[in-house]
Parts: sequence; C-alpha cells; structure tokens
Amino acid sequence: MSQALKPAPAGAPAEASNRVSLGLSNRLLARPEIGALVAAVVIFIFFLIVAPAFRSAPSFFTVLYQSSTIGIVAVGVGMLMIGGEFDLSAGVLVTAGGLFNALFCYNLGINLWVGAILSLVFCLAVGFLNGYLVMRTGIPSFLITLGTFFVLQGANLGVTKIVTGSVSSQNINQMDGYASLNWIFAHVFQIGPVQLSITVIWWLAFAVLSAYVLQRTRIGNWIYAVGGSAPSARAVGVPVKRVKIGLFMTVAFLGWFTGMHYLYNFNVLQAGNGVGNEFLYIIAAVVGGTLMTGGYGNSLGVAIGAFIFGMTSLCIVYAGWDPNWFRAFLGVMLLLAVLVNLYIKKLSTIRKVG
Amino acid sequence: MTDTLQEHADPTLAKGESLVQMIDVGKTYGAIRALKGINLTVNAGEVTCVLGDNGAGKSTLIKIIAGLHPHNEGQLLVDGEPRSFASPRESLAAGIATVYQDLAVVPLMEVWRNFFLGSEMTGSKFPLSGLKTKDMKRIADEELRKMGIVVKDIDQPIGELSGGQRQCVAIARAVYFGARVLILDEPTAALGVKQSGVVLKYTAAARDAGLGVVFITHNPHHAYLVGNHFIILKLGQAVLDKHRSDVGLDELTRQMAGGDELAELSHELQR
Repeated sequence: MSQALKPAPAGAPAEASNRVSLGLSNRLLARPEIGALVAAVVIFIFFLIVAPAFRSAPSFFTVLYQSSTIGIVAVGVGMLMIGGEFDLSAGVLVTAGGLFNALFCYNLGINLWVGAILSLVFCLAVGFLNGYLVMRTGIPSFLITLGTFFVLQGANLGVTKIVTGSVSSQNINQMDGYASLNWIFAHVFQIGPVQLSITVIWWLAFAVLSAYVLQRTRIGNWIYAVGGSAPSARAVGVPVKRVKIGLFMTVAFLGWFTGMHYLYNFNVLQAGNGVGNEFLYIIAAVVGGTLMTGGYGNSLGVAIGAFIFGMTSLCIVYAGWDPNWFRAFLGVMLLLAVLVNLYIKKLSTIRKVG
Repeated sequence: MTDTLQEHADPTLAKGESLVQMIDVGKTYGAIRALKGINLTVNAGEVTCVLGDNGAGKSTLIKIIAGLHPHNEGQLLVDGEPRSFASPRESLAAGIATVYQDLAVVPLMEVWRNFFLGSEMTGSKFPLSGLKTKDMKRIADEELRKMGIVVKDIDQPIGELSGGQRQCVAIARAVYFGARVLILDEPTAALGVKQSGVVLKYTAAARDAGLGVVFITHNPHHAYLVGNHFIILKLGQAVLDKHRSDVGLDELTRQMAGGDELAELSHELQR
C-alpha cells in the first residue's frame, strides 16, 4: 500500500474564535426539564399557601401515589415521544390489560398468575401491532393508535358485557394468586403516619431505568436519533423500525403494569375506565419538556410532569375548590409548556455567533 | 488525519483490487426510470468520480451501493460477490461508509453522539450496557481536530454548527468507520473554498490509504483534482465513462456544462 502520504491539512486553530460560550443561566435553560421544575416549585408553593390540608406528610404521599398512577405509563409515553411517535391507545390499554386478566381467570377458574402473564402477552401484542402498522404503512402513529384506541374502547365494553352481563368485571379477591399479585402491584407500606404505595417505588424505578437507558446506552442514542431524524438515523445503520416498535411495546408493557395495579388495588374494574388518560400521559411528557416533534426530552422532566399532574388534581380538592377546574388548569399548563418548549428549541438550534 | 485513515483502513486492501462493481444496473421507481445500464467499478486506492446535473441519477446510484434502496436491474458485486443491500446496516457491515448530502446528521443530538451514531462504543454486547461516553467524546474531539474543526463544546447539539462543519463531522465519521469504501455525495456543494480544500485533501488521503472512493459532484474542477476515473450521468444514463488518462479537464467541463446542447444553444442565441 502507498506509504507516501500527502501532508495533513494545516492544523486546526487552537480556539474557535467565532463561538461564544454560553453562561450558566443559558445552559440551564437549555435543559428539557427546567421549565417543568420551575413550574412544579411554583405550583407546590402556591398550594402550600392556599390549601392547608396539603401541608402534611400523608397528603404529600397521597399526591405521590396519584402521580405514580399516571407517571408509570408516562415514562413509556415520554420515551415514545422522544422517538417521534404518539400512542393514543395507552389509556384504554391499561383497562384492557386488567380486564383481560380478571375476566379470563374468573370465568375459567384459573390461577390469576396465568391470566396476568397472558394479559402481558396480549398487551405487548397490541403494542407490537401499533408499531408494526405505523412502520409498515407510514401512516402517522396518531391515526393508527387512534384506531387502536377505538377498537380497544369498544372491545373493553363489548367483551365485558358478553362475559359478565354488566360493564364491570367480577371481584377476584378470593382467587388463587391474588395475595402475591396484590403485594407486587398494590401493596401499601405503612410508615408511621404516612402510607407509601408500592406503585410510587415502581414509578421511580422505571423513571430511573428510563433515564439510564436514554442517556447512557446505545438504545437511548438510537431513540433520540429516530425521533430527531429517522432518515439520517437509518442511513448510519440505526434499525429504525425495531427501535420504534420496541418503544410502542414499552408503552404497552407499562400500560399492562398500571392495569395490574388498578385490578389488584380495586379487585373490580369498570370497562369504560381509562378513556382520556392517554392525553394525561402526553401532557405529563410535554409539560416535562418533551418535544412533540421528537428527538428531545428526558425522563426526569416526564417524572416532574406527572408530579405536577398528581399535585394539581389533588390539591384543587385540598383547597376546597370545585374539582371540575382541574382540566382547565391542565389545559393552561399544556399551552405554557408548549410555548416554553418552542422557545427552548429555538435556543438550542440557532447558531450562536459572537 | 492521514494516520486515522491508515489506522482504520482495512489492512488487507490491495491497490487496484475491485471492491464494488456495478454491471448494467438499473433502477425504476414505479413508472419512473431513474437509472439505466450503469457500469461502474470502484477499485482500491482509486477515486471514481460521478458527475451530473441535478436529477441525473447520481444520488440514486449511491443509494444503491449504500443500501438505502436496492436496485432492480443488473448486478451489484461487492468483493466479487453479487449483493443486494436491504438496509444501510448491511452496507456498513461490508465496509462501505457513506456521507449523504441531505441526511448527514441529527441536529438536536450532541456532536459526539452524532459521530458515533449507529456504531456506539459500549462496555459489552448486552443491549443495556453503558456507553463509554468519555472515550467517545475524546475520540470524536480528536478526529474532528484532525480535520481542522474545533468545536467549543463536544456536548453541544450539532445543529449549532455551520453547514460546512456538519458536513465535515459526517465525513470524519465515515472515514473513522468506513474500512474499505468511502462514498461522498456532493461533499463540497455546501462548502466554502477553504473547507472544500480540506475535503478534497481528505479524499486524496483516503485514496492513498488504499480505500476505494466514490466522489459525487457537479463540479468538474473538484473532480479532476482527485479523480482517477470519471463517469458523467445524464437522465439516468452514462454519457461519458473514461479513465483520467483519456480525458482532460476541458472535456469534462464542456460535457458538464451541457456539451453539444450548449453549443446548439449558443448558436440559437447568437444575434
């Protein structure tokens, strides 16, 4: 091989002269979760002042529990949105997963563990189908999962009515396997005056795992890439389809998990539940700094987004206001979050030349 | 920079060995014919230049080699074996790295993450094993410095860099990971004179390190500086296919400028 190499191009200048270094405040502002963090602190202080009932450890842990019921699925929805897709079927899939377990085991008299595992397989299959259809057809995930949403919503009610004759599942608390499943999905630790629900621990564990995956693993790199620019990602060898289908299945897994919690917490499920929750997951992700267009966001932000949800939904009650105002408040939060995100995206993509 | 090329070039490459060969390759998109009857050989240690106007089929040609979409006529031989790449991953695995004009980088991701995208360094093969972030940042910074790019912060989103710098990151990445064949899709189109010079030197260095290079451009001057073999495409077909010894810059420029059509046009426009 030729060894007579041409000289290398002239060395780089030691310092790039046309760049300005960003101050600490700008760097902080460019973090996805900072808007949500500021909002969470402001709302927290606000409710401490106006809602005396909020000023106690037990109510704080109730808020954490409320946050975890949305937060667990929001972990997955946030990752999916970073990957550039939506899932509108996540809310009803939670109910479908729980109903599948309850109806199957009660009516066939089988150990609840069998139903729980089959329900997991069913949920993952729905997630796979969502992802496969989106990748195969190129139709936006908004439409595909809207379809799945209606199918599941109808099937939840229809199947439950056929099997039980009513719109709720039968009580499963006398069946084999109930005690262990109840402990895993719905145990409550009594620590002094406070009640710590096991779902809070699960929520934090999933959030930490998601943060690790997104920031520190190859798969996380791929998730940001397929959301930021799928054609570019594909061109450098990222398996775009597998990553996106995997994300849909992650959402489905967390949906199943939450469905198990509702089932083993209340023992009975209403077949019409879950409708509308898909938007709460998306709001948690967006308020937490996730870009609707994909490629930007992080798991801490999504967790803060879910916490804001839990705090406001309960504190409006603690403050003695009409709870109907809660949705209006969520809408305002969403609009503010979108504006902040837009500003941040500009901040991080505009070239800053001094 | 040349040491990078030497380090990463496949040591088994022998100068003049045929790496990629296209025999009578054609491509249709539905009823639209993008390419027809293309014969092209990429030899180790040589630069094959593909020239042509917008829409001539240059991008389609390289997308076939890069695995973005398969050809549907003729044969594509890679290291003598007939292949049809179903994805860029397969093409990369065969040692073919491509720098695309339009799909170079993911703007919102950090410079170092872009550099290693698709070829990340991890602790083990376990899917969730940690990235070697420190090593990746250090290597990305070193490789970019070798190309004459100093980024203020290797953690900044690549969207903050200028178009030329982004292109250089993409080229540095392709050189770092492409062991055998390097495809450059109009690498100088968006660049200034100085950065074009850097890219051309890099192209020559890749050639001298024994890589096979495919250089796509519509600038015959740039092509003639580095090329060994020239192909001019027009409406999906090769209208010129000559070795450097058989063709001069004048003829290339004349062909690229429209050749006979231009002569006709100037005749028509003469008053």
